[in-house]
Amino acid sequence: MTESTYSRVLTVPDLELSTAPRHSVVVRITHWVTTFSFLALVLSGIAILLAHPRLYWGETGARDGPSLIDLPLPFVLDVPMRGPGRYVHFLFAWILLFTGLVYVVDGLLSHHFSRHLLPVRYDLSWKKLRRLMLDHLRLKPAGDEDALSYNLLQRVAYLVVIFVVFPLMFWTGLAMSPAITSVFPSIVTFWGGQQSARTLHFLTACVLLLFLVVHVAMVCLAGFTGRVRAMITGHVAATKEHI
Amino acid sequence: MSESITRRKLITSGLVTAAGVAGLGGAWRIADKYGFLAPDHQGILGMGEALTYGAQRILMSRHSLAREFDRSQISKIIPVNGEPPKTEAYQRLLANGFADWRLMVDGLVDHPSTFSLVDLKRFPSRSQITHQACEEGWSFIAEWSGVPLSYVLHLVGVRPEAKWVVFFALDDDWDSVDMPEAFHPQTLLVLGMNGQELPTRHGAPLRVRVPRQLGQKSKKYLSRILVTDTVKNIGKGWGAADPEFGYSWYMGI
Repeated sequence: MTESTYSRVLTVPDLELSTAPRHSVVVRITHWVTTFSFLALVLSGIAILLAHPRLYWGETGARDGPSLIDLPLPFVLDVPMRGPGRYVHFLFAWILLFTGLVYVVDGLLSHHFSRHLLPVRYDLSWKKLRRLMLDHLRLKPAGDEDALSYNLLQRVAYLVVIFVVFPLMFWTGLAMSPAITSVFPSIVTFWGGQQSARTLHFLTACVLLLFLVVHVAMVCLAGFTGRVRAMITGHVAATKEHI
Repeated sequence: MSESITRRKLITSGLVTAAGVAGLGGAWRIADKYGFLAPDHQGILGMGEALTYGAQRILMSRHSLAREFDRSQISKIIPVNGEPPKTEAYQRLLANGFADWRLMVDGLVDHPSTFSLVDLKRFPSRSQITHQACEEGWSFIAEWSGVPLSYVLHLVGVRPEAKWVVFFALDDDWDSVDMPEAFHPQTLLVLGMNGQELPTRHGAPLRVRVPRQLGQKSKKYLSRILVTDTVKNIGKGWGAADPEFGYSWYMGI
């Protein structure tokens, strides 16, 4: 056993290697509901976006006026897919909201965040961080210790996605609603207008998609079957070191 | 032992599920009674619509005002969706400067009435500079002036059992709003736009403006306003023509 393996396991002393689940049942269920909802939101979001794949800054924007970003996509107006798309979008936004609330409340009560996601002091050194980043850039396969705990980059990435990016997604989504902004005008004026909120909603979704791509790539690199099995059954297949 | 625990678990979870279903059913009935259910809430996809509409109706006061803007913010580029009706009837009305056009207001009202354009122009007028977003994604700011719908509704005397106000248009489109939206101070029967007469492409002779909802709700070319306690007998009963094309009825988003 290498020194780093030993130390990482020490930082999670309550983890019983052979019997305790790697992921709690709440984490597993909310993970997959979120996965499914997110994909539904991306697809329905594209259906809505395709009616006008142009992004603006400020309060207003239209086809004959100046734009911020012209996406290289066609204007799809004749196929009424954005109507049903919006039904799907809102249904899964609600499901995602409830799932997220369950996850966050459970994460606080079960100390999931403080135990597994808050960066541990042991990892907080420039030397370690540099090595971690270089290992990632070299696509070095994950060690056995990574099957049982999260490294610093994972912890920071997950915390940012959970507490910054997803809330921003909801915020910018609600900021586009004329009904919601009649009650809370500052949620849209903060961004400089309804079109700014729309643009940020799109860009934030791109950040989430980028996270998804890296996340899945890392899972593949670390061993797709093992990691996915752990997120479904909760258990890490025993390796010779952990028996 | 373990078997009895399993059975107990099964019974408990069964009871919880039953209570949940009963609770949901009860909540549904209460929501319907107090007007928190959209007309198109049916089906699995409608559940999102029901939640959005119900949550916003609870969250929003009846009088929360859509944001208003400064005259300097009025858009220079104002796109238009769709063309005025090509029907002979509309063309005849247009040729005559809409002198023969009448707005009928009927249904659950004490005094069913018809109004001419001259009548409407005599009523107290209100102007507002509001943002209008198309459900496609583009948007503009314009000044709209006209008669508050609430003024006309008070004039004809809405009966207490009324739940919806339905708009019928000369292009056979139709839509509806609930009573809080109908009596909202910014809900206007629009006669003018940016200081001019309402252009035909923007809905002349009369369009409604519902600034707390997407532009799709602000129907053009109105000919009739119906006050009713149910929309089930109109079209497919989903509260508007748009849901029949896949759109949701509630456009507050």
